Amino acid sequence: MSRPFAPLSRLLHWTMAVLIVAMLFIGIAMVSSLSDYHRLVAIHKPLGIAILVLVAIRLVNRLFNPPPPLPNGMPGLLRFAAHASHWLLYGLMFALPLVGWGMLSAAGYPIVLLGAWHLPPILPHSDALYAALRPLHTVLAFALFATFLAHLGAALMHALVFRDGVFRSMAKF
Amino acid sequence: MSQPEPQPESDYSLSALLRPASLLRLGAIGVVVAAVAGSFAWAAGWLSPGRLDQKRIINGFEAVNGPHPGFRRNHAKGVCLTGWFDSNGAGTRLSHAMVFRTGRVPVFGRFALAGGMPRLPDGPAVVRSMALDFSLPDGETWRTGMNDIPVFPVKDAQGFYDQLAAGVPDPKTGKPDPAAMKAFLAAHPEAAAAIARIKAEPMSSGFADAAYNSLNAFRFISAAGTATPVRWSMVPVDGFAPAAKVQGSNGLFEALAARLRHGPAQWHLIVTIGQPGDPTNDAALPWPKDREQVDAGTLTVSALQSEADGNCRDINFDPLVLPAGIKPSDDPLLSARSAAYAVSFTRRAREPKSPSAVQLGAPS
Ligand code: HEM
Ligand code: HEM
Repeated sequence: MSRPFAPLSRLLHWTMAVLIVAMLFIGIAMVSSLSDYHRLVAIHKPLGIAILVLVAIRLVNRLFNPPPPLPNGMPGLLRFAAHASHWLLYGLMFALPLVGWGMLSAAGYPIVLLGAWHLPPILPHSDALYAALRPLHTVLAFALFATFLAHLGAALMHALVFRDGVFRSMAKF
Repeated sequence: MSQPEPQPESDYSLSALLRPASLLRLGAIGVVVAAVAGSFAWAAGWLSPGRLDQKRIINGFEAVNGPHPGFRRNHAKGVCLTGWFDSNGAGTRLSHAMVFRTGRVPVFGRFALAGGMPRLPDGPAVVRSMALDFSLPDGETWRTGMNDIPVFPVKDAQGFYDQLAAGVPDPKTGKPDPAAMKAFLAAHPEAAAAIARIKAEPMSSGFADAAYNSLNAFRFISAAGTATPVRWSMVPVDGFAPAAKVQGSNGLFEALAARLRHGPAQWHLIVTIGQPGDPTNDAALPWPKDREQVDAGTLTVSALQSEADGNCRDINFDPLVLPAGIKPSDDPLLSARSAAYAVSFTRRAREPKSPSAVQLGAPS
C-alpha cells in the first residue's frame, strides 16, 4: 500500500477536479446557448482564471509534497502512461486559461472578472492572433476532456480492477 | 475460471484483466466513462440538432446574403468613427459607472447600414446604426450598438431567426418568397405591430441627424445599489431633416464625411427611465412617451476612417460589454445578441479581408 497524497495535494486535486469538469461543461454548453450564453460566459472567465491561479499553486505544492511512488509491480508501459497523462493534464490546465485570456486580449475585449475588476491584456489586439487562438482554445478543451476521461477510467481501474492502493492514495477523505 | 478469485494487489497482466470478474468491472467503468461523455454531448447540444443556437442564426444570415468573407454578418457596410464623450455628471444618480462621472472619455465606434450586404447601395429607408466603445480611465469598457428605429421588429431570437428565414431567396426566382414573409407576420403579430410602428416614424435624411436607440432595456445600478430599468438614445444636435433621395451608392456615408468637414457632429446621451410595468424584456414594445429622461452628456464625433484604416473593424460591439454600474435587463435578445455576435466575429476574423465599399479619401 503506497502512502497517501498530502492533505493539501488532495484538497487541490478535488477542488480543481470539480472546477475543471464544470468549466468543460459550461464552455461547451455556452457556445450553443442563446438564452444562457451571457450568464455562462460571465462564470467561465473568472472560474478559468481561478483555475490558472490554482494550478500554479498546485505545481509549487508538488515540489514540497511530491506524489507517492506508483506501486512497484506496475509495468513500464502503465507507469509511462500514468506519468505522461499527468504532465499532459498539467500542461492543459495551464494552457487553456492562458489561451482563453490571450484570445480575449487579441480580440480587443476587456477581460472582466467581476464588476469593475478586470485583467490587463496579455497580447496585442490582433485579428490574426484571435483567429488562431480561438480554435486553439476549442482543440485544447477537447484534448483536456479526452485526457480527463482517460484519467477517470484509469483511476477507476486502479480502484476496481488493480486494487493497488493508487486510487485510495488520492481518494482518502 | 468460474470462481472469481481474490486478486493479488499487483497483478497487472492481461490474463488478470480478462478474468470474468475483471471484465465485469471493466464494463462498469466503461459505462461510467460513456455516461460522462454522453452528458458532455448533451450539454453541447449535439443530441438536439434541431435546436436554435448562435451558429444557426449566423448560418441564416449567410443563407440570406450569400458569402461575404471578412465582413460582419449583419450591419456589414460601415465606417469607423472616433471622438469623445463629455459626461455632465447627471447620470451618476442612476448609475455608478465611471462613464457618468463628470469628465471626458475617448470613444471610437462605427456607423453602419443594417443588413448583411457589405455593398448595399445607400438608400433613404435603410436602417442606420451607431456602435460605440467608451474606454474608461480604469481600463473598463462600455460598448453599445444602437439603431435609428423606435422599436426592434422582434422580441426574441426565434422571432429574429424566423424573420431571417422568411427572407432567404427562393432558388427559382432569386428573390424571397412574399408568401414566406406573410406567413412570418401572421405567426408573429407582435412583429407586424412593431414594423408598423417603425414605418410610422419618419426617417431622417442622414447619419448626422439620426437618433440612435439602444432598443433593449438595461439596468443602471446606483452607488447605493438601487437598480433602475433604462433604455438610452443618442439624440442628434443637428436639426432633423426628413429622408430624401440619396445620390450615389455611398451617398449617406459621403454626406456624413462632408458634414464632418464642417466640424464635429454631436449627440446627447438621453437615458429614459422605465416605470414599473414598462416592458424590459420586449424590445418590440415602446415605453410611454412621457417617461422621465436624463441627459447624461454629449458625444462628439470628430473623424471617420475607412474600416481597414480605423480601429472598429476587428472589434465586436457586443452589447453586453458593460462597465460596473450597468447590467443587462431580462430582455432575452441581449444574451442572444452577445452569442450571435461572437460567432459572426470569430468567423470573420478567420477570413481574408477585402476593401470595404466606403473608402474615405483624405482623412476628414
Ligand atoms: C481550465 C480552463 C478552461 C476550460 C476547461 C475552458 C473550456 C472551454 C470550452 C469547452 C469552450 C467551448 C469550446 C468551443 O466549442 O469553442 C470554451 C470557450 C470559451 N472560453 Fe474557455 N475554458 C477555460 C478557460 C478560459 C478562460 C480563462 C477564459 C477567459 C478569460 C475563457 C474564455 C472562453 C471564451 C470567451 C470562449 C468562447 C466563447 C465564444 O466564442 O462564444 N476560457 N472554453
Ligand atoms: C437576436 C437578435 C439580433 C441578432 C441575431 C443580431 C445580429 C447581429 C450580427 C451578427 C451583427 C454583426 C456582429 C459582428 O460581426 O461584429 C450585428 C451587428 C449590429 N447589431 Fe444586431 N442583432 C440582433 C439584434 C439587435 C438589436 C436589438 C439591436 C439594437 C439596437 C442591434 C444592433 C446592432 C448594431 C448597431 C450592429 C452593428 C455593430 C457594428 O457596427 O459593428 N442588433 N447584429
